[in-house]
Amino acid sequence: MPDLITLEAKIKELEAQVDTLRASAPDDKLSMVVMSGDLDKLLAAFIIASGGSAMFEQVSMFFTFWAIPALRDPKKNPPAKNFISAMFGKMLPKGSTSLKLSKMHMGGMGTWMIKNLMKEKNVLSLEELIKKAADAGVKIYICEMSMELMGFKKEEMIDYPELKLAGVAKFLSDAGSSKSTLFI
Amino acid sequence: MSNNLNDLKATKTVDARSMACPGSLLEAKKAIITVNVGEVLEILSSDQGSREDLPAWCKKTGNEYLGHLKRDGYDSIFVLRKK
Repeated sequence: MPDLITLEAKIKELEAQVDTLRASAPDDKLSMVVMSGDLDKLLAAFIIASGGSAMFEQVSMFFTFWAIPALRDPKKNPPAKNFISAMFGKMLPKGSTSLKLSKMHMGGMGTWMIKNLMKEKNVLSLEELIKKAADAGVKIYICEMSMELMGFKKEEMIDYPELKLAGVAKFLSDAGSSKSTLFI
Repeated sequence: MSNNLNDLKATKTVDARSMACPGSLLEAKKAIITVNVGEVLEILSSDQGSREDLPAWCKKTGNEYLGHLKRDGYDSIFVLRKK
């Protein structure tokens, strides 16, 4: 007969260990860094994000550098900018519809062809995927530092329900508690 | 589980045939909560990737993948809601 007091102590000890394990277990989250401004890579990012919304409780995308112009709204006019920022704005894509393929862009021909093929094969366009992600509650964070560096303003970004500015700490804390982390 | 999927009666059927990846997943997620626990959801998909995707989705979400039936140009995929 094991004595009850020893058993009780054992159970207490095990309970404490379970609590510690629970606290350090990752949450049911997917976090990704989206750095590329290529159409194909953004398609991949949003397919994974919207598909991920069916698999994970929370999906977050952190947009940095070349990916930020993909979130610009071509219908919005940014507030006054200095010369260099205005130049950046001119040279970088104005929103998801003006992105290029990373390969076979061929002066626009390749990108045009792939968009037509996607329609034919019932693949959602990037704009539709962004809408799906929004409906599914996918969170988008824009890296404030690179946005400022490129001279973009939050006011010229798309209307997206869960769009916020953040820094590296927000990403690292999300990534640290996520089951999956991707860099695209 | 019944090994004859033909005898299976789905409580609800959703049509994801006009959708490429990740359409069937998103439809499955939306529809599974419309059937009760213990009931079967049927997903029609013309995307062959669904044969791998839906079992993976079931495993992750704690539902049971019952299998698929090949139809004319698409699959009927059966999922049992477990929770």
